[in-house]
Amino acid sequence: MTHLATDVLVVGAGGAGMYAAVAVAREGRSVLLLDKGLVGRGGATIMAQMTVAAAIAHEEPDDWTLHLEDTLDAGRGICHEPLSRMLCERAPERILEMDRWGTRWARENGHIKQVTAPGHRRKRCCYVDFLSTGPAVAATLRHQVSIADRVRRVSNVAAIEVCVADGRVRGAVALDLSTGSLVTMAARAVVLAAGGLTKIFRRNSASTNMGGEAYWLALEAGAELVDMEFVQFFPIAHLAPRLVGMDPIMWDPFRYKLGGRLLNGNFEEFIHRYGGQDEGRYTAPRDLASYAILKEVEAGRGSPHGGVYLDFRHLPEATVRSAFGPVIDRLLANGIDLTRTAVEVAPTAHYHMGGIAVDERLETRVAGLFAAGEAVGGPGGANRVSGNAISEALVFGERAGFFAAETAAGADPGWSPAYAERARAELADLRARKGSGPAPGVVSTELQDAMWEHAGPFRSEEGLERALARIHALRRRLPELTIAAGDVFNLDVQDWYELNAMLRSAEAVASSALRRRESRGAHQRLDAPQMSPAFEKNQRVALDHGVLTSRWSPVVRSGVRTA
Amino acid sequence: MTARVTTLSVWRGGAEDGRFERYEVPFEEGMSVLDALRWIRAHADSSLAIRYSCINANACHTCMALVDGRVEYTCTARLTPAGVTVAPLPKRPVIRDLVTDTMPVEEKLDCGA
Ligand SMILES: Cc1cc2nc3c(=O)[nH]c(=O)nc-3n(C[C@H](O)[C@H](O)[C@H](O)COP(=O)(O)OP(=O)(O)OC[C@H]3O[C@@H](n4cnc5c(N)ncnc54)[C@H](O)[C@@H]3O)c2cc1C
Repeated sequence: MTHLATDVLVVGAGGAGMYAAVAVAREGRSVLLLDKGLVGRGGATIMAQMTVAAAIAHEEPDDWTLHLEDTLDAGRGICHEPLSRMLCERAPERILEMDRWGTRWARENGHIKQVTAPGHRRKRCCYVDFLSTGPAVAATLRHQVSIADRVRRVSNVAAIEVCVADGRVRGAVALDLSTGSLVTMAARAVVLAAGGLTKIFRRNSASTNMGGEAYWLALEAGAELVDMEFVQFFPIAHLAPRLVGMDPIMWDPFRYKLGGRLLNGNFEEFIHRYGGQDEGRYTAPRDLASYAILKEVEAGRGSPHGGVYLDFRHLPEATVRSAFGPVIDRLLANGIDLTRTAVEVAPTAHYHMGGIAVDERLETRVAGLFAAGEAVGGPGGANRVSGNAISEALVFGERAGFFAAETAAGADPGWSPAYAERARAELADLRARKGSGPAPGVVSTELQDAMWEHAGPFRSEEGLERALARIHALRRRLPELTIAAGDVFNLDVQDWYELNAMLRSAEAVASSALRRRESRGAHQRLDAPQMSPAFEKNQRVALDHGVLTSRWSPVVRSGVRTA
Repeated sequence: MTARVTTLSVWRGGAEDGRFERYEVPFEEGMSVLDALRWIRAHADSSLAIRYSCINANACHTCMALVDGRVEYTCTARLTPAGVTVAPLPKRPVIRDLVTDTMPVEEKLDCGA
């Protein structure tokens, strides 16, 4: 079995993990940067096509305190304010550092161009043309980690356990997909930067590696998760016809700029039936749009694939082309001619506000265990404004790396092979098993269906109870699942660990949603449609001898704003 | 609508000891080769080894294979009812099935550490 030793282990090499690695190396410490996929290519960062929010004030006067106000407003009273503040205050440094590193932010008259996006009162969203923000961010950071001394990168190796002894992190165990064997890693500090969980829902914008492994690893290590009920559902994500090479949430700016009509399966406008105003403009709030769409589908008035139509056919071709030139060609390459066809759209799980509970050093309650990026819970509260997720990845990545390096400068807590014993026995058992049930991937699909039906954009006590019952039933099937033979690149083995993570993440989401008997931000309860002051608090979950427990905690305020 | 199917011939095994196997996959207009490969894993044979991450975005650029003799991203290669043959990338060591060794050498576990 391969054994590696490092000062800091970073799990996940998206925007957050790569920035963390650079920050650790800057402090003179060694880093091991691990990714389940290929470094810089496995998660959400490379898929993001829109914008990054930072109050650099290149376009117009702006200030991080305004950015913070917008962030806290969207978060509906329950943001972890010191984390929100860190995000907004430090986003400009990160954007400008990335600029020096060669990210080609769109420019105009020599300055970095910034645009508005929903939820921002100022033009503060930077981007890279055309729809290349995420790929450009990922490419810049891939280069930085490749030239940094002391950063060792490892691809296709997935962390499956963080090892903790006497209350301190000691390292981790990982699965090397290429050989099917375990790798042990001694580390003085570990940063979990393994991204979000939207894959637990049937409709999602996720990459294949977004099954919530960061949350599962943190829980099993003894850390708490917070705000797990707050999943952001995007109302008009692309559904059909099949479209490749485009961010599924791309229709937002289209609709915003051009005014697309939302029509049901009978090509009738419907938003007004639910109290919204639409008239071809993007004025209906997101939750209302999602609600109206899902209700139309439920009533049998959906489009063929179970969504509604977004229609631009009333616009002259020249208008469409002048607004989105090169994108129009990409659509045509997909066989979509907006002047002739209405596309189908539907709500989809897009981002997770909740996540690992950390303090102002991005450290969990387990000494030496840090988190960064989407894996962190708290800064967005009940809802995130657009563009804040990449800023969060960059800012928290840098901060987590910095603080992890500081911790790693202390005494070496030491490694023992015994720490890997549980994982080793579990894998041996898995490989020896003669299962009679389906492969793990099949059960993941069942879980996705249950989460979408019962714990998706609209929730109720009854539905959430059902979701939890399904989750427990699926968990009981784990021992009977069949794992294909062979060690080399055996995706069933990887899927099995991922399914464990998905089940835990799903349980955390559904049980937290059940206990929050109100509607707030992205958490919408049909049986409790109002926001209730009694719930202006955060919910934390943890594992206690294999059982998920929960407690409420007061919101952590920063004192920046009193109103 | 009548259910349509298409056929994929997919390389299984190592470079030397492999063979093509045929899979019938439900066909939908606009479907990608990657969609079909994922369908095979989910419904026919989960032991099929493939490499991909972003699924839709054509951003991760990790899903390349030889599709009807041409190097293509399987996510952008469109299927037709006529079917396709999918083989691992040429000139790359085959790890298993469609997965070849495309990892940068510094990102390997055994790169001399
Ligand atoms: C389609 C799409 C579009 C988006 N557009 C925008 C946008 O325009 N603006 C914006 O601000 N935000 C956007 N977001 C959100 C934003 O991209 C993400 O929140 C952010 O990139 C997350 O960065 P991260 O580094 O935390 O995680 P990721 O980039 O997801 O990286 C996590 C990494 O961890 C790896 N990993 C997972 N499990 C393990 C494990 N067990 N062991 C080792 N590695 C593991 C994964 O392979 C992955 O590479 C978008 C998201 C999506 C999905």
